[in-house]
Amino acid sequence: MENFEITMKSIRSDSVRRITAQAISMGMIIASALMMWKLWMCLSGSDSPVVVVLTGSMEPGFKRGDILFLQMNDSPIHSGEIVVFRVEGKEIPIVHRVTTVHERRNTDEINILTKGDNNLIDDSHGIYADGQLWLERSHIMGRVIGYFPYVGWATIIMTEKPVIKYLLIGALSLLVITSKE
Amino acid sequence: MHSFGYRANALLTFAVTILALICAMASLSDNLNTPSPTSQVQVLNINWFQKSTHGNDEPRAKVGSNLQNIGSIGSLWTPVWCQPRTLQRLIQQVSMTLNISANLQSLFTWNTKQVFVFLAAEYETPKNSLNQVSLWDGIIPSKEHAKFWIHTTNKYRFTDQGSNLRGKDFNLTLHWHVMPKTGKMFADKIVMPGFRLPDEYR
Repeated sequence: MENFEITMKSIRSDSVRRITAQAISMGMIIASALMMWKLWMCLSGSDSPVVVVLTGSMEPGFKRGDILFLQMNDSPIHSGEIVVFRVEGKEIPIVHRVTTVHERRNTDEINILTKGDNNLIDDSHGIYADGQLWLERSHIMGRVIGYFPYVGWATIIMTEKPVIKYLLIGALSLLVITSKE
Repeated sequence: MHSFGYRANALLTFAVTILALICAMASLSDNLNTPSPTSQVQVLNINWFQKSTHGNDEPRAKVGSNLQNIGSIGSLWTPVWCQPRTLQRLIQQVSMTLNISANLQSLFTWNTKQVFVFLAAEYETPKNSLNQVSLWDGIIPSKEHAKFWIHTTNKYRFTDQGSNLRGKDFNLTLHWHVMPKTGKMFADKIVMPGFRLPDEYR
């Protein structure tokens, strides 16, 4: 209890300069984190270079809570590659494997059919938009080049129970404020 | 500086950094492995080949009548009545009987979780420079299962976007994707050319 009182007193008696210095260093940390994220987005060519696996449709290869590293470039998409795509009208991106490819001559157009490894039927029955039979290049966010298990659980927990997210942010800011650095 | 909070923070950061480093090293160790896989595919029998109601070509299983001397034992393996139909498009599923044998044991390292292997038919058409249709796939969970021989009909429909399959020459390519326990995934294939669909519908 005494410790807490002493800490509160010291915060109140701090000079404006010290608080400003702390705010600036916080700002620097956030800004450099954002810069690194943007750089990663640039290098990978995709809007979200890391995704978390949310469903079990690619088991036993990818389980819920794994994170996948994506890359997108202009090279042709071939069957067997694991791609992340977004369907019009649905918000959540889906990670499945390409089974069939029809690539047009002389243009960049491509028709793709995908299927989750753990699913019995391909995605044109239910996962694509109504009446859509093929995916095109514009739907694809990136192809999977690497993978880490389990790390994505932190994101899943924070998304599904926002309480924990606020708790974490609150605790971190408290730590920063009460530090003497 | 010596409070519990700081020590916990330092420990956690250190642990995460070391973990990331070890995962990266595990992934890099996969590059030391030089795989030498082999495979062989035989098409034992191409069953009846008909135009479906939607105007696309696909090799189809024949309904009912006696299968004549198409040649081999394989034709008896595909009873038509037990092949599923897709009600929306009124298309029967294909039956092309295949004999697939492969030895993929050299692909497995200590960092390999599973190998996804599939067989695709690849061909060209006037409209499309490349068509790849997956006919069969499987998951190899461990090294012991990596040497296999399988006699099967094609798991997925062999169908084209147009009507180009009559007399079509195609390659059968065995692709494999190695999925690691952590890190970079890599893939490769063996191309087996020289297969051909019949010239006329049967």
